[in-house]
Amino acid sequence: MWDYSEKVIDHYKNPRNVGSIDNADAIGEAGSLSCGDMLKLYLKVDKSGIITDAKFQTFGCGSAVASSSILTEMIIGKHINEAKKITNKQIVDALGGLPPEKMHCSVMGHEALEAAIADYYKEDISLHTDANIVCNCFDISKSFLETEIKNNNLKTLEDVMNYTKAGGACGRCRGKIQEILNSINGVEKSTPKLTKTQLIIKINNVIEKYIAPELQKDGGNIELIDVDDNKVKVSLTGRCNTCTRSQLTLTHFVEDTLKKYADSNIEIVQV
Amino acid sequence: MTNSKLIYLDNNATTKTDEKVIETMLPYFSEYYGNPSSIYEFGGKNAHKIKEARDKMRDFFGAESDKEIFFTASGSECANMAIRGLLASKHAAGKNHIITTKVEHPCVLNLYKHLAKEGYNVTYIGVNDKGELNTDELYNSVNDNTALVACMYANNETGAVFPVEQIAQKVKDINPEVKIYVDAVQAAGKIPLNVKNTQIDMMGVSGHKFHAPKGIGALYVNSSIVLEPLIYGGHQERGKRAGTENVPYIAGIAEAAQLAKDALNFEAVQVKRLRDKLETGLLNTVFNARLNSLAQNRVPNTTNIGFEFIEGELILLNMDEFGICASSGSACTSGSLDPSHVLKAMNVPFTALHGSIRFSLSRFTTEDEIDYTLKVMPSIIEKLAKISPFQKELSALKQKRGI
Repeated sequence: MWDYSEKVIDHYKNPRNVGSIDNADAIGEAGSLSCGDMLKLYLKVDKSGIITDAKFQTFGCGSAVASSSILTEMIIGKHINEAKKITNKQIVDALGGLPPEKMHCSVMGHEALEAAIADYYKEDISLHTDANIVCNCFDISKSFLETEIKNNNLKTLEDVMNYTKAGGACGRCRGKIQEILNSINGVEKSTPKLTKTQLIIKINNVIEKYIAPELQKDGGNIELIDVDDNKVKVSLTGRCNTCTRSQLTLTHFVEDTLKKYADSNIEIVQV
Repeated sequence: MTNSKLIYLDNNATTKTDEKVIETMLPYFSEYYGNPSSIYEFGGKNAHKIKEARDKMRDFFGAESDKEIFFTASGSECANMAIRGLLASKHAAGKNHIITTKVEHPCVLNLYKHLAKEGYNVTYIGVNDKGELNTDELYNSVNDNTALVACMYANNETGAVFPVEQIAQKVKDINPEVKIYVDAVQAAGKIPLNVKNTQIDMMGVSGHKFHAPKGIGALYVNSSIVLEPLIYGGHQERGKRAGTENVPYIAGIAEAAQLAKDALNFEAVQVKRLRDKLETGLLNTVFNARLNSLAQNRVPNTTNIGFEFIEGELILLNMDEFGICASSGSACTSGSLDPSHVLKAMNVPFTALHGSIRFSLSRFTTEDEIDYTLKVMPSIIEKLAKISPFQKELSALKQKRGI
């Protein structure tokens, strides 16, 4: 059971401004059916730039409907340039707060508003046209994450998931999100010490995913023999075994890849 | 809630404790509170009550001997005690392959994920789009290194019943050393259990799913299996689970088990009739209703229906207005952002996945309650459909279904 504020409950029970606007001056969309929530926002804007009407259609949970509903109330009567300044935090505040896991609903409201305003100005600044997608499950770009992390002062991976959903499904992008967090918050790499088994599994995964396929292209392969502290003992097999440049492969490719994805202190030892 | 009436259709989540069960339990709090291990009559009396309860649970499982029954605190504890206890035992020595299904309850699934981190080689078996287990896939994955197969009896979200007796037999035909754990939490009290003369080695049930209170479970372990305990301490539960016995709850689960066993016929006929009435009614009157639980063999109390293009949490919140309780596989209800792993494994389309609602009845569900639910659901969905951005898709559905 979610701890919804009275305002949220009121807005999902009696959503305001539901529907579409024929001949809308701007339409903004955010989210998708596969993500589990989607919002379509319609605006009517008069000649002086005042939003005279706003309507919404939302596929989503109680807080998604409430966020959409209150957003329409917040923008009707405002000049489009004023509406542009509304942040997701203001949406949350107007709702009397949202459970942390539901913060992304307010972000969706904000996204749809931005998209609608861009549509009004016929700009092509759609948030998701960014090729640099971090979270594939929810189609979330790096630049979007950077903006949200900065604006909402997000500190942890969990914060990012709650606000943007990024990393919340398959979890494959969590490492990348952490890197973005680190680069913004300037956090020193606080990687918890892994047990030997965990480290071996991690190294093995990196080898299977990034290293072995490359070596196999050249008819070679690699085998993990042992991990001793930061020393990773491997054996090159197949054509790598006889290749004169195998030492180069080890230090430049294998070690660098392991340093990048597994642990920065790794040293490769050929056995 | 604007309606004072409560219509509880979420019995796969938990059930109402039967009044008769409470009656059985009450004397064991402040009247007969002795420790069953004590030597005097006042405590020994409780040891006798536990013995009686253990025999009732043996009967409920259809097991051979009382010695095969262990009381636990939950279904999750049963799974952990059985799986961890087996893997640490001589039965699994030198083996590191374990099998389970993609649609298990988290108490098995998350344990397996953890075991994978510990170094176990794990195979997860899928289901078809009806929610039925791909048994051939399971048989093909059994090898010399396989220590354990953990398979649920009935799925909590769809009610699909897996042929666990047949699976146990076939797996042992391939490799007789493999042990079988069956999570029967969602089957207990809905269909008969009968471990005797099967190849099932261990089976867990949870009291609160069949009208006992929360906090009590029971595990069947075949007498040929010697588990390593999870909790060391006193001699209770034959040294396999230390801790002073929870006498009132043990008395409670045994009473509930007996009542449930006596009501199995009622479940199979009356509960099923009401479930079918609800299911057919919803499919006939709600234009975007899609049946997710298509399995041939299903427990009699469960149905899972997807209301296309509408989100599940929103449906539940609106049902709550009418006092109707159910649950949803939508991402938003769980807070995990990820929709039901069961419905995903079944490839339920996104259009229906997020709007899936599970209705689960019990022997206390009345015809009036089902009629009332059938009366209000179409208007709830109509109201919510107006909010959906998928108007075109919804009106196409409406036209197609002619509702």
